[in-house]
Amino acid sequence: MTQLDFSTILPYTILTAWACVLLLVDLFIPKDRKGITALLAALGLAITLGFTLAQVGLEQTGFNNMVVLDGFSTFVNALLLVSGLLGVALAYGYVKRVGIERGEYYTLLLFSVTGMMLMAQATDLIMVFLALELLSIPLYVLAAFAHPKLESEEAGMKYFLLGAFSTGFVVYGIALIFGATGSTSLVDIVAAASSSSSNLLLTIGAALLLIGFGFKVAAVPFHMWTPDVYQGAPTSVTAFMSSGAKIAGFAALLRVFASAFPSIATDMTDILWVLSALTMIVGNVIAISQTDIKRMLAYSSIAHAGYILMAFVPYGNPDVRNVSVAAGLFYLVSYAITNFGAWAVVISLETKAGKGLTLDDYSGLAKKHPALAAAMTVFILSLIGFPPTLGMVGKFYLFRAVLAGGFTWLAIIGVVTSLISAFYYLRVVVNMYMREGDPTTERETWLDLSTGATALLTIALSLVPGFLFAWASAAVLKLF
Amino acid sequence: MEFLLQPLTLLTFFPLLGILILLFIPSDNKNALRWTTLGVTLVTFGISIWVLTMFNASNPSLQLVAKYDWITVAGWNIQYHLGLDGLSILLVLLTAFLTPISILSTWTAVEERVKDFMIFFLLLEVGMLGVFLAQDLFLFYIFWEFTLVPMYFLIGIFGGPRRIYAAVKFFLYTMAGSILMLLAILWLGIYGQTFSVPELIAQHNIPTNIQWWLFLAFTAAFAIKVPMWPLHSWLPDAHVEAPTAGSVILAGVLLKMGTYGFLRFNLPLFPEAAVKAAPWIALFATIGIIYGAAVSYAQADVKKLVAYSSVSHLGFVMLGLFAMNKEGIAGAILQMINHGLSTGALFLLVGMIYEQTHTREIKVYGGLWKITPIFGSIMLIVSLSSMGLPGLNGFVGEFTILLGAFGSQAIGNAWYAAISALGVIMAAVYILYMFQKMFLGPEGSIVAEVKKHGHALRDLNARELITIIPLLIFIFWIGLYPKPFFALMAPAVENLVKMLPIP
Repeated sequence: MTQLDFSTILPYTILTAWACVLLLVDLFIPKDRKGITALLAALGLAITLGFTLAQVGLEQTGFNNMVVLDGFSTFVNALLLVSGLLGVALAYGYVKRVGIERGEYYTLLLFSVTGMMLMAQATDLIMVFLALELLSIPLYVLAAFAHPKLESEEAGMKYFLLGAFSTGFVVYGIALIFGATGSTSLVDIVAAASSSSSNLLLTIGAALLLIGFGFKVAAVPFHMWTPDVYQGAPTSVTAFMSSGAKIAGFAALLRVFASAFPSIATDMTDILWVLSALTMIVGNVIAISQTDIKRMLAYSSIAHAGYILMAFVPYGNPDVRNVSVAAGLFYLVSYAITNFGAWAVVISLETKAGKGLTLDDYSGLAKKHPALAAAMTVFILSLIGFPPTLGMVGKFYLFRAVLAGGFTWLAIIGVVTSLISAFYYLRVVVNMYMREGDPTTERETWLDLSTGATALLTIALSLVPGFLFAWASAAVLKLF
Repeated sequence: MEFLLQPLTLLTFFPLLGILILLFIPSDNKNALRWTTLGVTLVTFGISIWVLTMFNASNPSLQLVAKYDWITVAGWNIQYHLGLDGLSILLVLLTAFLTPISILSTWTAVEERVKDFMIFFLLLEVGMLGVFLAQDLFLFYIFWEFTLVPMYFLIGIFGGPRRIYAAVKFFLYTMAGSILMLLAILWLGIYGQTFSVPELIAQHNIPTNIQWWLFLAFTAAFAIKVPMWPLHSWLPDAHVEAPTAGSVILAGVLLKMGTYGFLRFNLPLFPEAAVKAAPWIALFATIGIIYGAAVSYAQADVKKLVAYSSVSHLGFVMLGLFAMNKEGIAGAILQMINHGLSTGALFLLVGMIYEQTHTREIKVYGGLWKITPIFGSIMLIVSLSSMGLPGLNGFVGEFTILLGAFGSQAIGNAWYAAISALGVIMAAVYILYMFQKMFLGPEGSIVAEVKKHGHALRDLNARELITIIPLLIFIFWIGLYPKPFFALMAPAVENLVKMLPIP
């Protein structure tokens, strides 16, 4: 074990240690002052973010190719840490309000972030599996955090059972891949796969992996758990889960498929095409009939998984895969920021008793809280893909990559489903601006700051997206 | 700083400054909000005049160009690129001219949420000016889509009883067209390695079979906006429900964005496809002219009548554009301006009477000329202008278009022009029918109805006169002496016609 090995997982180590220590420190923090734990958790995330940003440009592997540090992992880690920070900021007042403020909340969140980070860095299927469990188990607990509220318990249970089921697929897939190639290391898998003639076992193994990851990112047809879990879980958890787990899932999917399975790309491209199209269509169409904002955003998050999946479809084509994966990364950033913003507004309207979550509860918001309504409008426009927002730039980038890969029909499905999505997203805007009502809102400093910051970022980054484009493209350069 | 002081940048984004000021004015100080917005839009108009003085009409290419690299990393080549030429200068002036007039028309009509209204209106102006000035497809698309948002709010918040339905329909309908154009823009960007319109036109190497698809995709966006028959069904809803100022801008400028799109993108970018499509477009335009006029006649609601007349008038514009000769295109551009002036004025006048009576049903009116002579006279002038009476602006545009359409090689069939000419007669029928029912004959029931509420119908007041008179000046000016207007666009039009491979 050399020094280099540790610098590969430096941010990861810091955050894990911080989380362990925080677990102990939390014991000494009085029950009514758990806000301190939140601040400490945020501090840990911020420090780790600092180290991660200092690692931009570094390229190295560690622990016998078990983990890697490259542009891709640094990019994803930075995004995950920002998501963690936003997750803490959104939870800070919310958990107090609904009476579930306990120190474990923040430590669990930190542990989950470490799992996600490992997901982006793992280059061995065993590590991928480990990371998957590390990110999932805290999320199962967090989903059920509002116990004894039945919905929350149900959400946690459902997420756990289905999650465990899907993990089975991952393990089985890894076993088959090991059977086909004799290794779990991505590097060795590539070597073995390119030399052997029959890829059937490998293909089945990869497909099983895809099912497992598809579950994590909520791709159709593995999305059944999403609406129930998103609705039942405490809203601050949902906000974190819908961004963080998605980013991590896609990061692993990308790493594994892009670097390990180029030899079966032709089969996989078709499967991914269908998966992406189905996810966009089903997510957006079912969202139309939702009247609960959490469920609506859950289906919207399914739909967005479909858009991000588009970026994977051309991964077998060496001419465009760099562009399209970079587009996928950019879209993840745009989705994470917008999504957190939208959930922050949802949290602002949720009452202590868990009311204020139907679309009708947004009626008249523009008159009462013009700034909040304006922010929500920005997020909605971004989710639809309307200028001048990040969502529009993201879609522009993504559709361009897909068109360049020659998948015109997929791009057409993409834009048509965007149109469908406008239909249900606009209902929120209609209620906020064009109907009368008297919504109740909770104003908390950190919540308002998060809303404002994400709204500003959504617009500002869409006007100067250049450096993010450049960073995302640099991040994927060494991936293939 | 140099970036901000570019004349066209200043023109496009000046209204944003107004929004910044508006944010600091308390919502209940309605007059301050109105005066500020009026001031800002007047200054914007002033800037547009300043731009006009710097514009060299004899130069057919882009002028006053503001061009900066915007996103030029990772295989992207997007520029912030604004420019002005003979094809767009009149539309830019029209936009800057109609906005303060619309603001003036809201003085007493909009009493609720004035601040929201003014902010959305200024945002809309930014979007509209941007659409006419952008020379990079990415930038254009941003402005194009962006105009949808403030208009959606203007209809949805400030409109009539079915406003939400109309607003959502307007949004979804227009977006449906734009998304196909988005794909075509992306395809062009990949193929040409640039989004710059002049560069793409100069490359001129798109295979004809692909041109067809791109042409169709752009047409989807623009034809819905114009709107061409049979894609017009959002228009009557949006117009009837929109507040007066919204209708004026919708008819005056937003619809022109569609015809301008054909002119700026479809013709020069896909010339082969455009030439082949000309007879078809002419067919749809002719159907639109006749259909719009016929349906106008059947309307019981005066605002709906004016809305459907737009379908008919814009049919003429489309016919002129796809005649693809100098007369046709020049006439079409002038007719865009004319329609903005005449139909804008009609909507303003309808709004002025509606404010007093709260009804737009034609049958309850009658004998208004006697009661409100100034209003009646102005209405007559505007009506005559809209139906194309010689000596007023509408005639010049329609006559030039028909002249172009008759001799058009691209359309290749004089029948379209002949049938379209019938549209002029039909316009006379529905316009005069409306005028006769509302302004002549015995007093309508509404007069007594208004009296019952304790006040009589009044004639136009000073503010309303100030709102409408600038429009009248141009209605006469273009009607009697259109030469300076043609002179502004002639070289650019000639240049465009030269690029079209007409058989």
